[in-house]
Amino acid sequence: MTATGVAASAPLRALVLAGGRSTRMGRDKAAIDHAGSTQLERAVALLQPLAESVHVSVRAEQRADPLRSRFPQIVDAGNIEGPAAGIRAAQRHDPRAAWLVVACDLPLLDERTLQHLISRRDPSKSATAYRSRHDGLPEPLCAIYEPAAGERLETSLHAGRTCPRKFLLNSDTLLLDPLSPEALDNVNTPDELAAARDRAALAPQEIRVQYFALLREQAGRRDETLLTRARTPAELFGELATRHRFTLKPDMLKVAVNSEFRDWSHPLKNGDAVVFIPPVAGG
Amino acid sequence: MSRFRFSHTAIDIAPLREELMHPSCGGFASFEGWVRDLNEGQEVRRLEYEAFEQLGITEGEKIIAEACERFGVSHVLCVHRVGDLALKEIAVWVGAAAPHRDEAFRACRYIIDEVKHRVPIWKKEHYVSGDSGWVNCERCATHAQEPEHDATHAHGHAHR
Repeated sequence: MTATGVAASAPLRALVLAGGRSTRMGRDKAAIDHAGSTQLERAVALLQPLAESVHVSVRAEQRADPLRSRFPQIVDAGNIEGPAAGIRAAQRHDPRAAWLVVACDLPLLDERTLQHLISRRDPSKSATAYRSRHDGLPEPLCAIYEPAAGERLETSLHAGRTCPRKFLLNSDTLLLDPLSPEALDNVNTPDELAAARDRAALAPQEIRVQYFALLREQAGRRDETLLTRARTPAELFGELATRHRFTLKPDMLKVAVNSEFRDWSHPLKNGDAVVFIPPVAGG
Repeated sequence: MSRFRFSHTAIDIAPLREELMHPSCGGFASFEGWVRDLNEGQEVRRLEYEAFEQLGITEGEKIIAEACERFGVSHVLCVHRVGDLALKEIAVWVGAAAPHRDEAFRACRYIIDEVKHRVPIWKKEHYVSGDSGWVNCERCATHAQEPEHDATHAHGHAHR
């Protein structure tokens, strides 16, 4: 599946984290219906073609739950709370495997995001993960944990350090820029769920972006065609600025859509061509 | 053909001047912008101009139409270079012909000022020191957070 580096990489198994208590949501997040299937079923279906096996992480008392009992389960180890317990239990289940760990509450997670993570995986690192679009820190719940991460996680848990984000931050983690900024946004509350559903209901549109001058150099290309849910130039620039690390802020730029100057809030249509115009210097 | 044009090769001014000649015009003024060897204390070796030509032509044509409307000039052209330019080359040429000299001078001045601020053209300077930079972009990007940011250099921004 992946052929990064010379060393043979460990086989890839997938783990869907579905042991959370869904306290803020007020109901079981794994069972939330999303486009005709539950979030748990959706996550399993996304992972099935990408990994040798897909397992569902559960707490001991969730084992008999009808939704969770349909899948191979891995029960959380001991008395540790939180996602690290599930990750560690999977590593114990098969210490020689690399584990692609995915939370079940990422309604906008797409196949492309998972495929990119797998294709860019570096088995010589402890882990491969995406950089959060919010704070630049590693996203621990859509990440690949190599076998080498197993013992280190064990040590951390023994020392009471149970935050998987901090674990990745302090490990030799390969960090990737997300392809689609919202793919890794999890939903914890009914409001967040409603917003994600609105987002998911928006069909991605094909937008062509042309770059000039400093933006062209920073993007490393003259143009690109994107599938995006961005509905305004402002949203689109937000996505692109993260991906390409643009140094120019929106208030220094102007926008053209289909070769006409437009507002940042101009509605984007499928097939539009967008140009962000850096400060000009003719003459 | 639009009265605002881009040229990927050296600007040949004789045919442009010829194009503007008309029996109703008694005055002609032109402006040429040349590549200079010094900018803001840095020795410049060569320049690179890049343009979003499609939008540049419509915006440039709009500026020329404004000049015709305001100053009563009838025959106007503006050509801007793109690509790599050596020192002393012509970067931009503006020509305006009118019944009398005053309108021609004023139209010329208006057009070059507006073109510099509004037409999507970018200039990269390559310095003798080996450095290079996009004029009006790099300093803005690095100094964007500074509150006492020098406002006098910022007018290349297309903020009109």
